[in-house]
Amino acid sequence: MDEHHSHEPAVELPPTRRNLYMYIIHGTMSLIGAALAIPAAIYLLFPPKARKETEWVQTADLASLPAGAPTEITFQRNRVDGWKVFSEKATAWVVKQPDGQVIAFTPNCTHLGCAYHWDDPSHTFVCPCHTSSFSIDGKVLAGPAPRPLDRYMVKIDAGKLEIGPPEAHA
Amino acid sequence: MRKIIDWIEHRTGLETAVKNFLYEDIPASSGWHQIIGSTAVFFFVIQVFTGGLLAFNYAPTPGDSYNSVKYIMTALTGGKLIRGLHHWGASMMLIIVVLHMLQVFLYGAYKKPREATWMVGVVLLLIVLVFGLTGYLLPWDNRAYWGTVVTTQISGMAPVLGAYMLRLMGAESGVSVVTFSRFYALHTILLPPLVMILIGIHIYLVRKHGVTPAVDDTAPRRKFFPEQVFKDTVGVAIAFIILFTMAVVADVPLGRLADPTDTAYIPRPEWYFLFLFQTLKFFKGPLEVVGAVVLPGVAVLALLLVPFIDRGPMVRLGKRTFAFTFAILGILAWSGLTTAAVLTTPPNPEENEASLTTDDAGGVQAWQKLSPAELEGLNYFRKQNCVACHPGGGKKGIGPDLTAMPADHRTAAWLIPHFKNPSSVVPGSSMPPVTLPDAALNSLSAFVLKLTTQNEQAFMSAPDFVVQGAMVYQANKCNACHQINGIGQKLGPALDGVGLRHDRAWLEKHFADPASTSPGTIMPAYKLSAADMDALCKYLLQLPKAGA
Repeated sequence: MDEHHSHEPAVELPPTRRNLYMYIIHGTMSLIGAALAIPAAIYLLFPPKARKETEWVQTADLASLPAGAPTEITFQRNRVDGWKVFSEKATAWVVKQPDGQVIAFTPNCTHLGCAYHWDDPSHTFVCPCHTSSFSIDGKVLAGPAPRPLDRYMVKIDAGKLEIGPPEAHA
Repeated sequence: MRKIIDWIEHRTGLETAVKNFLYEDIPASSGWHQIIGSTAVFFFVIQVFTGGLLAFNYAPTPGDSYNSVKYIMTALTGGKLIRGLHHWGASMMLIIVVLHMLQVFLYGAYKKPREATWMVGVVLLLIVLVFGLTGYLLPWDNRAYWGTVVTTQISGMAPVLGAYMLRLMGAESGVSVVTFSRFYALHTILLPPLVMILIGIHIYLVRKHGVTPAVDDTAPRRKFFPEQVFKDTVGVAIAFIILFTMAVVADVPLGRLADPTDTAYIPRPEWYFLFLFQTLKFFKGPLEVVGAVVLPGVAVLALLLVPFIDRGPMVRLGKRTFAFTFAILGILAWSGLTTAAVLTTPPNPEENEASLTTDDAGGVQAWQKLSPAELEGLNYFRKQNCVACHPGGGKKGIGPDLTAMPADHRTAAWLIPHFKNPSSVVPGSSMPPVTLPDAALNSLSAFVLKLTTQNEQAFMSAPDFVVQGAMVYQANKCNACHQINGIGQKLGPALDGVGLRHDRAWLEKHFADPASTSPGTIMPAYKLSAADMDALCKYLLQLPKAGA
């Protein structure tokens, strides 16, 4: 502090002037805050624009699949993960229906994502983690699983099964 | 609300602390000229905020970092804006810090007892520069890589210390992955808290000594809040509006992935280092160290010691002729050097937008070395499915490897009759005749003659729009007046690097009515279909400068 000023009381502003300043300060700062917070929320919360929507992978020969019993098949597919594209092994549990249609389940339990397996004696899909079990058409039979097994999109082209991306679950 | 505030106040005394901070007495002569310091603090907050957001989607390793920045720019909503705020915020922060310093300098506010405040400020300025330098490398594109190669080499010129500086930066043999990690660590881990501490000390010192009053200020003092805070707020708001507009309107560059083998790229530092870049040009040979290290070193030292060089008592602003002269000379020298650097550094062919939409080929793309006629040949090569028998890439096909033809076959005189009637030139050949007009066969042979084992794959993967554009170029006989890659007539201007001179709108107008854009031209108007116009413009705009 400069010596010759330190003991004099500072000048107070008239109340109307003071209030006007307060309004402008708070208003401006709120606007700037919003101009930063809203884009930040959008940036963090909006889903990334997908690079490739649908990719179909040719997998098994339809004729080679047994009817009525689930088969675990593996295939190579590209997975976009953020800024990376991985070519990796993926798995599906495939069930051929009597009418020739095919259902392909994604390999993870809908509860917490553990890999389940087909238990032939009980004729159910069983998850080892929390003993959820599912029927051959994916319905929940027991356990904490909140919804039926998720499915891949499938199509059949010239006797070959093609697997697409997972269906959006309800 | 009041209850909550009282509860917190009772436990922490926070309200009293904030009030003590805000209700500081300031001289009556304080005012609009003192809003710059607060604005600088505000910009530091913006940089921390946007930098943190970028870090949420940034991969701090070379290569991946580039992909993740591209991901931020293209895949994330608002990513371009956030990066824009950070990028332009960095430049604006530097401008504001320098303006702040200039104001203090002109008023002589660094004089006793405020020497320490000034010196901490100089250190803060240097750290802002280091922030700029280290942040420049993080996108890991060509611009980042080569700009950093130059700056690290400059610091390597320092006598005695240079070698250690380079080792510290992991940059002994060019910029390495180690350099990248160290710059990243500096930029995001070490420097931010350091700046926070120094800003704290800086503000503490300002409070300790009080805001510098004008020499003849004897009027009663005023409160910092709310009048001065209101003025600061206006300053912050104006600066923020400029920043936000820049981030929305101006594209932040992201070139091609850093390519240490690129020989065509012309490196340059960020604009605020250009003056240093230019200074170097005046010092040749053994004197180079003077421009690179000695002069900047002396300048920084002089800046630090300003309060001890100018020790006279405070005088009125109007009487500080020497300070004013000095500041004006400094600004003139800086602007002169920067302008000279901008004017003498040739632009790069690197197209910013193109790199966000096309795949990276690194450096000058291979097809850019082909003339329009050769690209037309590539088109026929594709259309005729030559690749079915001549697969290239060293693979075995029905036909021979085109890059390994004997020398006597490497002429148009041999190739064209061979295209027309293969078995008459090569007895027993199973190749079907190529049924194209003579002009097309000329282009095809020109293209085939260009093939080598090194360029084959790159040529084959030339983007389709380029090939289509070249077809339009050839079909309209543009080469009868213009040159590309030195091929064609010289009646009109050469078209190499035309994208650096004109934009898409100009080109379209030019084709439709040449005289409207180039008065006195003898070029006739061309009526192109929308698709042809699109292909031709895209192709022309991607042409690199001659010799690139």
